[in-house]
Amino acid sequence: MTTVPTTQPTATSAPWLQNNNLLGFFFMLPAAVFLVCFLTYPLGLGVWLGFTDTRIGRDGVFIGLENYVFLAGDKVFWLAVFNTLFYTLIASILKFALGLWLALLLNENLPCKSFFRAIVLLPWVVPTVLSALAFWWIFDSQFSIISWSLMQLGLIDAPINFLGDPTNARMSVIAANVWRGIPFVAISLLAGLQTIPASLQEAASLDGATNWQRFRYVTLPMLTPIIAVVMTFSVLFTFTDFQLIYVLTKGGPVNATHLMATLSFQRGIPGGQLGEGAAIAVAMIPFLLGAIMFSFFGLQRRKWQQGGQD
Amino acid sequence: MAGVDFVDVRKSFGAFPVIKGVDIQIEDGEFVILVGPSGCGKSTLLRMLAGLENITAGEIRIGGRTVNALPPKDRDIAMVFQNYALYPHMTVADNMAFSLMLNGSPKAEIDKRVNAAADILGLTKLLDRFPRQLSGGQRQRVAMGRAIVRDPQVFLFDEPLSNLDAKLRVAMRAEIKELHQRLKTTTVYVTHDQIEAMTMADKIVVMHDGVVEQVGAPLELYDRPANLFVAGFIGSPAMNMIRGRLDPGDPTRFVATDGTTLPVHRPPAAAKGRDLVYGLRPEYMALAGEGQPAEVVVIEPTGYETQMIVRLGGTDVTCVFRERVDVRPGETIHLKIDAEHVHLFDVESGSRLFD
Repeated sequence: MTTVPTTQPTATSAPWLQNNNLLGFFFMLPAAVFLVCFLTYPLGLGVWLGFTDTRIGRDGVFIGLENYVFLAGDKVFWLAVFNTLFYTLIASILKFALGLWLALLLNENLPCKSFFRAIVLLPWVVPTVLSALAFWWIFDSQFSIISWSLMQLGLIDAPINFLGDPTNARMSVIAANVWRGIPFVAISLLAGLQTIPASLQEAASLDGATNWQRFRYVTLPMLTPIIAVVMTFSVLFTFTDFQLIYVLTKGGPVNATHLMATLSFQRGIPGGQLGEGAAIAVAMIPFLLGAIMFSFFGLQRRKWQQGGQD
Repeated sequence: MAGVDFVDVRKSFGAFPVIKGVDIQIEDGEFVILVGPSGCGKSTLLRMLAGLENITAGEIRIGGRTVNALPPKDRDIAMVFQNYALYPHMTVADNMAFSLMLNGSPKAEIDKRVNAAADILGLTKLLDRFPRQLSGGQRQRVAMGRAIVRDPQVFLFDEPLSNLDAKLRVAMRAEIKELHQRLKTTTVYVTHDQIEAMTMADKIVVMHDGVVEQVGAPLELYDRPANLFVAGFIGSPAMNMIRGRLDPGDPTRFVATDGTTLPVHRPPAAAKGRDLVYGLRPEYMALAGEGQPAEVVVIEPTGYETQMIVRLGGTDVTCVFRERVDVRPGETIHLKIDAEHVHLFDVESGSRLFD
């Protein structure tokens, strides 16, 4: 038997485990790998593709800003930008107004309160493609239930061409998006409403406030931080919407409902121009960053929410 | 300013009655405290006066005008809430100005009244702060300031001091009382703390289980409690209560169930032959060379006075002495009972028997 090496084993463990920086690095590694593989790499690849002339089946070469220069003169691209802004603006305003109204209603003492709250969530729970298909039928040019009902009531003579006319199509996809987006806004704002202490409302009504004044001076200001977060998310979701449009109109008629996301897909995959499609997608980033900055600096942080100095 | 009348006021939550017929008259300018243990209905009664709870039956009048159907904003009252209910997104000045802003007062008038209220309460330097930047006592003052600027008919306070620490509570107690003496506005104040009630009120309403047990000035309740509940609730340390009967042969002697005999000054005629409770406040026992022998159980010196729990016959009794006492647990002392201050209560009805 040989003697055991005489190095004294430390009571705890290997020295590298004692180094907090090193240990912290190893703990963060799994999350970092995940982020790099599934977020940074695709985003980076997209940005890179936007600077190349890659097509499906053929590696591209770096062409600088050529894709963007082309898009700057492309009327369809600018129409898609306009459509996206219009779609986001109108849908967000409607979702906010209706969602807030619904949240205020659900915050009252209604009978079967939890039942109604569950029902409100339904549009959000149904997969988008499924609800889009349902709307496809609702907006069908021949068999639309809306047209049928209005005809039965004698209000119109012929079915409404929901998805075939540019203006109608825009309104129809916005209606579908609003229907789908309301639950998120309503339930989040309802959660916000429930954090406002009842005694504040009572104090306001003793101070002589009418219902409208209580809403205007107590409820709304206290809800703004949550409104900011909810509407930021809502705007981001709406701006990047793809599924509803793709199922309902595929961007038609005459590109009237093409959003940046659907145009990017159409140019990139069926059209095969991967580089150009990527450039369109990258062009969305400034708008999205702008929306985030607006909410972050404009709405979210209020002086009264921060703690005192003493 | 105005008086407040409760006339046979009742309140039920569903089938469950919480206020079971309350009659209280509050004079103009009076400081009235509703006091009672948790769940006795005192806060509900206050909220009914404020218009935050419906009145199931009866009538509430403010300044002679029935307010049952009036919404809170039309009752001309101001309320200080337990959690202060300050608007977190408004500065101290805006919090105080809110009600004046709502009723459309001119800016100059609002500023004048807010500054005057801030001056009274020592808030002038804090007017630009937000509630989050204030301490508990300062928030309490802002809540009072919000009430003062309105110059309402009635002030309502709903346990306003229970979120403060003990020392601040004593200070605010004096401030509120001083404020009332200065403004002379009718005040209804709810608390579960009988010390607050005793120290601040012109008139105390003791409530228990949805009914009024007794109404009276603080010392009146202390010296002549109407029943066992009031006797036990008012006073700290609490009144000692010993079960027993009067000696049939000598009605100036009370015989406790354990056989101990205690003195009675003027035995009420109604007390004869009934099961009684012998009520004796801790300060009406004095150390004496001879008298009731009692074994010392616990001694609690506070410096100002000495509290002692002693075993008198088979019952533990609390007594309070102003002098410092040099005894140890286990020793026997002799107590001289001041029989003039003994109360006798009928066990069956709980009422005090008057001589």
